Amino acid sequence: MADVYRREGTIVHPKSLFADYRSTVKRAPQQPKIIIPQTLTEATGPVYGHESVTDSEADLTRQHDGEPLGERITVSGRVLDENGRPVPNTLLEVWQANAGGRYVHERDQHPAPLDPNFTGAGRVVTDAEGRYKFVTIKPGAYPWRNHNNAWRPAHIHFSLFGPSFLTRIVTQMYFPGDPLFPYDPIYNGITDEKARQALIALFDWDNTTPEWALGYRFDIVLRGRNATPTEEPHHD
Amino acid sequence: MTEFLYPPTRTPEKRPDVLTASQTVGPFFHYMLTPHDYPTRQLFTNDLTENGVAGDRIVIEGRVTDGDGEAVPDAVIEIWQADSQGRYAHPDDKRGPASNNFRGFGRSATDKDGVFKFVTVKPGAVPGVNGATQAPHIAVNVLGRGMLIHLVTRIYFEGEATNATDGILALVPAERRSTLIARRDTKNPSLYRFDIRLQGDGETVFFDV
Repeated sequence: MADVYRREGTIVHPKSLFADYRSTVKRAPQQPKIIIPQTLTEATGPVYGHESVTDSEADLTRQHDGEPLGERITVSGRVLDENGRPVPNTLLEVWQANAGGRYVHERDQHPAPLDPNFTGAGRVVTDAEGRYKFVTIKPGAYPWRNHNNAWRPAHIHFSLFGPSFLTRIVTQMYFPGDPLFPYDPIYNGITDEKARQALIALFDWDNTTPEWALGYRFDIVLRGRNATPTEEPHHD
Repeated sequence: MTEFLYPPTRTPEKRPDVLTASQTVGPFFHYMLTPHDYPTRQLFTNDLTENGVAGDRIVIEGRVTDGDGEAVPDAVIEIWQADSQGRYAHPDDKRGPASNNFRGFGRSATDKDGVFKFVTVKPGAVPGVNGATQAPHIAVNVLGRGMLIHLVTRIYFEGEATNATDGILALVPAERRSTLIARRDTKNPSLYRFDIRLQGDGETVFFDV
């Protein structure tokens, strides 16, 4: 079996070692990665869990008795592969800080208030055209201890599976016009300018709802198969 | 920008032309990805046998350490594997369905000591390239704070004769192959140890796939 999934697009990913993001220094491998052929192991991946996701899990503002504080937003978009084909029925898991920049996590020490009406965890499965939509609250920026006066730009974490072990990706969506981009080593660990820009959601007029919520659009591109796949030899 | 004061226009349909880049999972993923200590509903666990599956039950336990040998307490490990007959629960495995509801995917966060754990079944052999057969193995993703992109590795099993002929292991320099082989516990034959060293002495082999 020849390569099934394209490798060339993967150069947009950050390198493991980016010294400005201090935590990479002791966690990045020193040995080069070993290139291996893609086998059935890599070309397959988990396809369960999706069936049990409920519509309510895509609305992060309805998980508690009251309304969360902050700016209500919708985030929607399409999940596509490198060939522009939609990726249907794929699971997205998202998590984020609240409007004050505080996570519902026992290890988050940021002295911003927790919001009793916001947990910040949601799930959705893409439809037949690869579309998804969340309702949430715009997360706040928050400080961290990477360097002097370090603050993370507002962001939402996204975890996606796609159809195989090779299409798995965890990423972050950012908001347009954030003044913190030039100071953030996690964002700038991506050196390809187009790839960096692609992590910034677009303001989405069409999905902005009068009297209710601003819309943002965030399209996601997963690895795709080679356009002309090589037939796998039969071996039964 | 003010040309759009009351815009009749639609949001531009611009198809992104680059792959979406990876970013770190950060330190605060637990309440979504491994929420057993939080009220979020859990989709995936570290027990791949919970639906009752055929095969030899095994436990895989290991510790993630950094270049200083310090525990990594904020990593998440994901595994993907075939069932005991070597079949993947995926439509692209054309040989037929996996047995007894086996779904093949597990997720475990590391604890404060950097320890992760899976309860699963020993996978069977699966097809390799050009008609070859691969030794039993499990695919692994390592994600964590301080990791801008996840790392990919494999777990093989001590004592498997077919390790000697496995096409992927053969690509690994002989002196580093042991980092990919889970060691059977001397007292408990169903327990395997598989430590992950992100950097430095005994660094685990990671793959470019």
